[in-house]
Amino acid sequence: MKNNNIETVLKIENITKRFPGVLANDAISFDLRPQEIHCLLGENGAGKSTLMNIIYGLYQQDEGRILVNDEDVDIQNPNDALRLGIGMVHQHFMLIPVMTVTENLMLGHEKTSGMPLGKLAKLDRQTVSAELKVLADQYGLSVDPDAYVEDLSVGEAQRVEILKILYKGAEILILDEPTAVLTPQETDELFEIMRSLVKQGKSIIFITHKLKEVLAIADRITVLRQGKTVGTTTPHETSMHELASMMVGRDVLLTVEKGSSNPAEVVLKVEDLWVKDNRNVEVVQGVSFQIRAGEIYGIAGVQGNGQTELVEALTGLRKATGGMVRLKDQDVTHANARSLTKAGTAHVPEDRQKHGLVMGFSIDTNLILQTYYQLPFSEHGFIDLDAIRENAERLVREFDVRTPSINTAVSSLSGGNQQKVIVARELSRPIQLLIVNQPTRGLDVGSIEFIHKRIIEARDSGVAVLLVSAELDEILSLSDRIGVMFSGKIVAEMDAEAADRRTLGFYMAGLSHKPVEESREIG
Amino acid sequence: MDLNLFTGLFTLAIIKAAPLVFGALCGLLGERSGVINIGIEGMMLIGAFMSFLGSALFNKWTGGLLPPNVALLVGLLVGVVSSVIIAALHAVLSIHYKIDQVISGTVINLLAVGITNYVANVYIDPTHLSGVGVFPKLPIPILSKIPFIGQVLFSHQPMIYLMLVLVIFLQYAVFHTPWGLRMRSVGEHPRAADTVGINVNRTRYINVILGGVMAGLGGAIMVLESVGRFQKLMTSGRGFIALAALIFGRWTSVGAFGSALLFGFSEALGVRLQFGDLNHIYALVVVSGLAVLGVGFFWLVRKLIAKESFKKSYLSIGIVLLLGCSILVGANLVKFPTISIPIEFLGLLPYILTIFVLTGFVRKATGPAAVGQPYEKQ
Repeated sequence: MKNNNIETVLKIENITKRFPGVLANDAISFDLRPQEIHCLLGENGAGKSTLMNIIYGLYQQDEGRILVNDEDVDIQNPNDALRLGIGMVHQHFMLIPVMTVTENLMLGHEKTSGMPLGKLAKLDRQTVSAELKVLADQYGLSVDPDAYVEDLSVGEAQRVEILKILYKGAEILILDEPTAVLTPQETDELFEIMRSLVKQGKSIIFITHKLKEVLAIADRITVLRQGKTVGTTTPHETSMHELASMMVGRDVLLTVEKGSSNPAEVVLKVEDLWVKDNRNVEVVQGVSFQIRAGEIYGIAGVQGNGQTELVEALTGLRKATGGMVRLKDQDVTHANARSLTKAGTAHVPEDRQKHGLVMGFSIDTNLILQTYYQLPFSEHGFIDLDAIRENAERLVREFDVRTPSINTAVSSLSGGNQQKVIVARELSRPIQLLIVNQPTRGLDVGSIEFIHKRIIEARDSGVAVLLVSAELDEILSLSDRIGVMFSGKIVAEMDAEAADRRTLGFYMAGLSHKPVEESREIG
Repeated sequence: MDLNLFTGLFTLAIIKAAPLVFGALCGLLGERSGVINIGIEGMMLIGAFMSFLGSALFNKWTGGLLPPNVALLVGLLVGVVSSVIIAALHAVLSIHYKIDQVISGTVINLLAVGITNYVANVYIDPTHLSGVGVFPKLPIPILSKIPFIGQVLFSHQPMIYLMLVLVIFLQYAVFHTPWGLRMRSVGEHPRAADTVGINVNRTRYINVILGGVMAGLGGAIMVLESVGRFQKLMTSGRGFIALAALIFGRWTSVGAFGSALLFGFSEALGVRLQFGDLNHIYALVVVSGLAVLGVGFFWLVRKLIAKESFKKSYLSIGIVLLLGCSILVGANLVKFPTISIPIEFLGLLPYILTIFVLTGFVRKATGPAAVGQPYEKQ
């Protein structure tokens, strides 16, 4: 409101940033109007984060200038940015897990009471916690000031991040891929918060690569590709399809093209399966389903309804406490991971960095994690480096993994390329069952398209596919049959043709055809 | 049971614990900011060596004209400064050059042993360089008159008081000041600290160097308040026991003090039993009874502090306390055979305790999250 007389609160002109061997930002210009939500859209590696880190003072630009409220500014470090009213919520939370919300809030700008001893004066937690409560009420960001950050949910931790920069007086908020880690419900809550912030005078730069979100929340959209600005538009003037093409630089298939399925014999049969989680609670309670060769069975559900444990039980990573799992004619209920792998199960795990890859290992080594002891990679107990290299070179080409070399550690690859390494490894073996859990979480449009295509191809070659995903669109576009999981049970099962977002959402929320009184809210 | 015996034991325990406490404070400052310090042992050895050399040479060169306390203070200063120089080396290697911190610390330990042994062999031993003695006892007026506590806490040489003050001060500073909050944030999540404008590497430099001061004091106290001269390898693993005390004390200065006291007590007991006027078996049984009681009280206090309902643990705590009492009572009823344990075994007590503590109690302890990781600004 106080900015009414100003056209732009932030303007950047011809920002260029070079890293050794890479031109991360190539003469990018862009402006932010008061009380605007301006989306910055682009694939991983398009230069969005670099640009924001320059605005926030973590990097310095090589060329170009930044104007805040029409004045030229020089931002050397985050403190300069905060002084100018620019605050950033990073993709990976910048919160200290073992400290309380209040302590996190004041870190770097501590308030003290008692004797004026400078850095050795007593921290004034009470005042800050009271200020936090006022601020939280003002913007509708409820959070317990004395809670430890490690005990908060992801959504709550994000609220703390936003409060942290508001507390430091931010007028311009940069949100770097804030929805990547959120459930659909938490995303909706975040959008409410963003709208309320804008109403109260803040301006927001919202970075994402999810097209739906952009159209839902943006006032204006700027698309970046390979370090360059492709163009600026508004949600009314554009469409998902057009935005996707701008991002990727070619026509992209947003909906997967797939033929009808030809289900053959039953490959996986799960009967009355019970599984306990780490807290010893039964989180999978009598799940039964079967998958035939050549079909994709999708399990939809809000995260934390037992999907993780179900998949772990099916892949030998967790003991089932009851029930039976059959792979073709074999009882594999208590089989371990290696014997399942040998029996032709492939697994693309939910957490690709924790369970999918050895982050410090190179690509070629990660590609033989399950088969290193077999021919052709090992003979008489000796590793054959040539065979490993050939295998890696072939798969990197075939699966379009973008990497400087096959000896690069997977930790330095982007999320999309890491996932491609896993998919390449799993699909390069002869398999009859493919289990994929959240296969495209956090990936850009191009990688999603690629991975979806590979899953369909696997189906068409006669593999039975179990797809677990929290993304309804993914479930709907890939599956042939769909089961909905709610609090440990499959509460509904239907053919994909009979399913739509509304019906699935209905079952995912734990509602059934019973009277409304029994319905429950989900978290 | 003789109260005088316990007064003596606890007083000795504090004295024996002091080098460990200083060492643990060195580790505390380093690790809270994210730098592992395996080299405490070496820093303490250098501190002990240089404080001896400093005081002895100062006394020699001034011809003994100045009072010995001046020479001792000079020795203290020289010891601390030398330890700081070694700490600065560790800081540069591990922060600036991002060398593996465990390796850097090991280098320091080897370096310290090499240098001190060499100089002791070629200079101190042949010249029969003699020390200037030790700091005198300074009982604190009034406080030292309190029965038991006055004797145990307030009738010491000056560096013991310094230690007590530092323990309390650091407990306050680490957890209740902006300085401490920043230090801990750097040790837990350096990037988060960086994004709110905290200079990660500067914080680490300052902490490692302040740690050097602590280790220097720990080495100096062994010479200047105990034996009065340098003996080769005189730290004999205390730097490592100090690290164990730090972990057992969950990276807090009061906790580290408490666990150092435990190690100090076991060392004191070993020393006391060597006098031969006590039935060894009887003494060990009494001490284990006290230990059981101590565990019970510790448990009770923690439950009370946590303010959670301790109905479930109520019974277990009661049983532990009862067990402790019955061991103590039983020990005085039973007549124990007189078996004397060889001195060498008694000397092993603190080390055995270290193994028990590290394997039994601290398995779950988690330190600062970013410890051992050099900070890269991407």
